[in-house]
Amino acid sequence: MALFKNAKKVIDDIEEFFNTVDKGVLVFKEGVNNYLHGNQEAFNNNIAMMARLEADADSLRREIESKLYTHSLMPQLRGDILRLLEEMDDIIDMAKKSLFQFDVEVPNIPAELNQDLILLTDMCVSSVSSVIPAARAYFRTPDTVKDQIHRVYFYEKEADKLAEVIKRRTFRQMPNLKLSEKFHVRYFTLHIETVSDSAEKVADLLSIMAIKRTI
Amino acid sequence: MFFLFITSGLFLGWSLGANDAANVFGTAVGSKMVSFRKAAFIASIFVIIGAVAQGGGTTETLGKLGSVDAIAGSFTVALSAALVIFFMNRYLIPVSTSQAIVGAIIGWNLFTRHSTDISTLTKIVSMWFAGPLLGALLSALLYLALRKLLLILKVHLIILDTYIKWGLIIVGAFGAFSLGANNIANVMGVFIGSAPNIIIDLGVFTLSGKQFLFFLGGLAIAIGIITYSKKLMDKVGNGIMALSAEAAIVAVLTQAIVLFVFSSTSLSVFLKSMGLPSIPLVPVSSSQVIVGAIIGIGLVTGVNEIKFKTIGSIVGGWILTPVMAGLLSFVSLFFVKNLFGLYIGSEAGVDETSIAVNEAIPDNAGYINLIWPGVSLMAVIVLAAVIVYLYKQQKRVLAAERELLEKEKEYNNGQKALTEAEIKAIHIENDFLQNKLEFKRKELVDYALSIVEQKEFLEKIFDELRSVREEKKPEKKDEKLRKLEVDIRQRMSFTDKVDDFNIQVEKMNKDFSARLSTQFPSLSANEKRLAILLRLDISSKEMATLLNISEKSVEISRYRLRKKLGIEKGVNLKQFINKI
Repeated sequence: MALFKNAKKVIDDIEEFFNTVDKGVLVFKEGVNNYLHGNQEAFNNNIAMMARLEADADSLRREIESKLYTHSLMPQLRGDILRLLEEMDDIIDMAKKSLFQFDVEVPNIPAELNQDLILLTDMCVSSVSSVIPAARAYFRTPDTVKDQIHRVYFYEKEADKLAEVIKRRTFRQMPNLKLSEKFHVRYFTLHIETVSDSAEKVADLLSIMAIKRTI
Repeated sequence: MFFLFITSGLFLGWSLGANDAANVFGTAVGSKMVSFRKAAFIASIFVIIGAVAQGGGTTETLGKLGSVDAIAGSFTVALSAALVIFFMNRYLIPVSTSQAIVGAIIGWNLFTRHSTDISTLTKIVSMWFAGPLLGALLSALLYLALRKLLLILKVHLIILDTYIKWGLIIVGAFGAFSLGANNIANVMGVFIGSAPNIIIDLGVFTLSGKQFLFFLGGLAIAIGIITYSKKLMDKVGNGIMALSAEAAIVAVLTQAIVLFVFSSTSLSVFLKSMGLPSIPLVPVSSSQVIVGAIIGIGLVTGVNEIKFKTIGSIVGGWILTPVMAGLLSFVSLFFVKNLFGLYIGSEAGVDETSIAVNEAIPDNAGYINLIWPGVSLMAVIVLAAVIVYLYKQQKRVLAAERELLEKEKEYNNGQKALTEAEIKAIHIENDFLQNKLEFKRKELVDYALSIVEQKEFLEKIFDELRSVREEKKPEKKDEKLRKLEVDIRQRMSFTDKVDDFNIQVEKMNKDFSARLSTQFPSLSANEKRLAILLRLDISSKEMATLLNISEKSVEISRYRLRKKLGIEKGVNLKQFINKI
């Protein structure tokens, strides 16, 4: 129906955007694993793919923004929606930045921390993977948003705890590591952690947006 | 005269349109979902349709309260109501047109000593309470139903937005229809007794005198909407009704339904036929119903945007408005009757027949056939529209043609300038080629002459050498040899050649030489020659040979030339000369 043509195109773009963010964090997880296990070629592929996905997400976000304004859709809620998309775009930006940091700085990470760092990445990616269905729900069933975002908070907290454990182990139980290397490990733990922090931000925003829609 | 007297009613209609249209389209326009132009157009059309088609019911109720039967009385009553609304609005007290008009009618009743029908008054006043209450109840139910429906349908937010946009337009149109139907009584109700007894045949339908009055009232409301409601619509969209789009649509729908229910004769008749109590047809305030609806939605969502102060001012308005309008009406009627000596209506106890003489209404209603005038008017309108369209189209075509012409002219000018430049360039090139040709020809001639001259010279040398060899006397031999040496030395001098060269160079650079003479008349022939040689990028060493002077002298000449040309320190002489 011509009446819904523009609306449907925007919906498709939003879905595509969410898919891109989702794929982005999965590539991030794979990238960290490959780096820690020394699979350089696979890691390089992950970097290239991440760059492409991040660029796609950016262009999709811009297209949605311009469509919402040019077709004067959602005049009351578009401000919120655009903020949501920007915050979600931040997640993939953070993931890309972190992965690129691995490539640029090539940190020396002790093998005994590999497992913990992989788990930390898993937690962060899980928090993002949980926030995406919540964002999707905002558009169709805003009353269920609340039920979905509690998982985000859970994963974010777990990621926080795990990051702290890694930092403690690095500084207290690894006397052979140079101080500079310890700092490096700490920074990379932080880099990974920021992904889950971004997901938490999106969850906070979504909970307010959902309340606004239900009153 | 009749039209002059109904102006107060039209003014009342205008203020109703200016104020109440915001209740219908405020959210849609304020939230920028619907443009004001579109909203005003839809509201105007539907208000008029509502007024003409369904305005009778509520008017009848007002008539029962007090039938103002003289046009001057109607004028005064409507004016009093309008003035009270005007002043109350000025002090930002929300008032309802129906409350003002009811007060003004009671004022007329009191002045003319007619008794006020208490049961009708009770019915009207109770509806003032019932309207917002019903609004609250209905909106709560509708809102709950809508939410349930949305939960089941799980419509995407952006699709929902499109639905809401169209929903606001449809519900707004319904609201405007109900507003016209319900509130036209406030605007034109008091004039009903003085309505012209005519039937206007428009071919497709006929309009009675009453409906004609309603049409005029509707038109006044429409003008109010078009001219003065935009500001309030923007304010409503961002102020009191800054609700979610779903809540806004429910509030407007509730208002439309309540106003429709209280003005629909057919619904009332239908309920009566079903054995149910009929609904009283009473004009209710659309603003107050909207407030009720918002309270209803607030009760459901648990968020109440309406402050108790607002409710207090509404209730205060219910008492204050009718009292003020009644008083003003009473006082105004006194002045109109005693000061202007106008007939303001029959008084209770006075012989009604005497009135009949003044306000005699003919038994047979005047029949005005407006089919042909209507058709003609339509034809004229269509014709005018076609002419305007064609004129505009023509204007647009002409403008486009003019623009095209301008562009063509611009292009032609450009082409002309280009052609001129090309011609000039060709001329210059021709001159240059001509010079070159002349130079080459001269060169060829010179070459030929030089071959001849050289041959002659060599032959001369050959002859002289032979004569030297044949000479026996040593003195003579020496002399001849010396002469031969001088000849050869002379031959080695390039003076002639150099002169030739100088002539050629000057010929080739005659334009430059002319420019030099105009700009720097004080230059000597040698200095001009030096400048030309500099322009040809010839080195000082080569110049020394060509000018037959030493290198040092060239440097001195350059220095003098700089001075004469007025070249400042730091500026390159060659570059300066090339720029001349």
